[in-house]
Amino acid sequence: MFEALQYGFMQRALIAGLLTAVAASYYGVFVVQRGMSFLGNGLAHATFGGVALALLLNQEPLWVAVPFTVLVAVLITYVRDRTGLAPDTVIGIFFALSMALGIVFISRIQTYTTDAFHYLFGSILGVTDTDIRAAVFILFLILITLRLWGRWAYATIDREAALADRIPVKFDDYLLSVLIALTIVVSAKIVGIVLISAFLVIPAASARLVSRRFLGMTVVSVMIGVVTVIIGLMCSFQFDLPSGASIILVQALIFTVCLLISMVVGARASLKSKSAARSKS
Amino acid sequence: MVNVIEIANVSVRLGDFLALRDISVNIQTGDFVAIIGPNGSGKSTLLRAILGLVPLESGRIKIFDKELRMIPPEWIGYVPQLKTVDRNFPAVTCDLVTSGIHRSWPGILTKKDHESVSEVLAMVGAEHLCHKPLGQLSGGELQRVYLARALVRKPKILLLDEPATGIDAVGEDYMYSILDEHLERADTTVLMVTHDWLTARHHANRVLLINHKLIAEGPPSEALNDKHLRAAFGHVGHAHDQPCDGASDV
Ligand SMILES: Nc1ncnc2c1ncn2[C@@H]1O[C@H](COP(=O)(O)OP(=O)(O)O)[C@@H](O)[C@H]1O
Ligand SMILES: [Mg+2]
Repeated sequence: MFEALQYGFMQRALIAGLLTAVAASYYGVFVVQRGMSFLGNGLAHATFGGVALALLLNQEPLWVAVPFTVLVAVLITYVRDRTGLAPDTVIGIFFALSMALGIVFISRIQTYTTDAFHYLFGSILGVTDTDIRAAVFILFLILITLRLWGRWAYATIDREAALADRIPVKFDDYLLSVLIALTIVVSAKIVGIVLISAFLVIPAASARLVSRRFLGMTVVSVMIGVVTVIIGLMCSFQFDLPSGASIILVQALIFTVCLLISMVVGARASLKSKSAARSKS
Repeated sequence: MVNVIEIANVSVRLGDFLALRDISVNIQTGDFVAIIGPNGSGKSTLLRAILGLVPLESGRIKIFDKELRMIPPEWIGYVPQLKTVDRNFPAVTCDLVTSGIHRSWPGILTKKDHESVSEVLAMVGAEHLCHKPLGQLSGGELQRVYLARALVRKPKILLLDEPATGIDAVGEDYMYSILDEHLERADTTVLMVTHDWLTARHHANRVLLINHKLIAEGPPSEALNDKHLRAAFGHVGHAHDQPCDGASDV
């Protein structure tokens, strides 16, 4: 198993995978609690549009996909704020628009490129030093915004109270959507565009099932993200599977375990309260 | 007498609807003001305007003689009408109350947090709920916890939007006794929206009767006469005949 670590490409995939897992599962708790899972999907497809444009222009995909996806994230937040349309409606429109643009760009590319395949399904082979630098930058952004965790959580559970307390809630909406957009673009190489919204949501959703408090949920989510990426990438290497699918399958397994735990704990609690009620009467 | 809240010629437009029209009133230190009016008459909007949550179309509001943004947010405690808390959020009661101290969600509660929270939860008769998940609170329990969150910051101004909604009659009396007791000890000014003018008569020293405009204002015995009530509600019935505005929120 550890022989995998002898390969440079595997080392790069692990470093980038771990860093993006921390980011995705950290922002994931806000995505899950704010009911924005679909945003991950929309931004993943914006990334597709950006990557396709980069391939057409023969540029480094990251440098085109980052501004493209961030722009879409800001537009989604802006249109939602200004129109009062339901978030899934707004996201759905930009989702389709980016996808359509991506398809147009791809259809114009003359030469076949494996890069497109890497981005769609995720690959441990394609991680470059640029990708790693970008992932380090993403982690750096988390560290400098760490003190906003409490403020974001406050606006997540009770927006009206946060507004009354003059928290810059709208500014934070934009900030969060941009940070999530960056995380998605940088994770795309490893996890793949088609699976990235799951990468954002499953660790947080699993953590939600077994946590009573938001701090616990955040910590557990990041731990699940990190562990599942390590196992997933190892499986990808061992069994020659696309890395994205491999990671998501491991995450789905963890989700199932958390679901079972929460059901057992729930059943026990209700049994306990039932027997308490019986002994009272 | 200091004007705690000075409302001068305030109008508020919601969409294309003028919800408040040219309201002027001054509220002084230690006042317990009941805001009374029929459903949809702009009571909640008035509180939200004071908090800066809706823009003013015209007029101005001053708090302690200053613009709202010059006043620390901790000076104001607010219990909103629509229970806006996401009950699916993984949190226990003492987390929510602590958020009232720091204006931020707590990670780890300090010993000092615990002391303040226990004290205020005991005050509202909810100390046993401290470690209970929010999702498991009843409507009435949540209402008390909300009051605790507003009180924990020791506010100078308390804005309550139908705080008795969802509480049973005993709980309601209890809640008013908490408030009365708190007001005796603290220098807090209270604005409370209610549809129940019997309660207003008992606990408030001043009444604002509104129906988009200010219909009457003054001590309950003067403001709540038949003429004014008819102007506000269109008829004079018993308070409890009024449909309970907001009851469906619980
Ligand atoms: N976005 C909006 N657009 C138009 N009218 C609104 C909007 N929001 C609230 N209103 C109206 O404003 C009025 C005042 O509402 P509110 O202050 O909540 O009343 P109250 O608290 O007295 O029941 C209501 O008639 C309501 O229908
Ligand atoms: Mg109201």
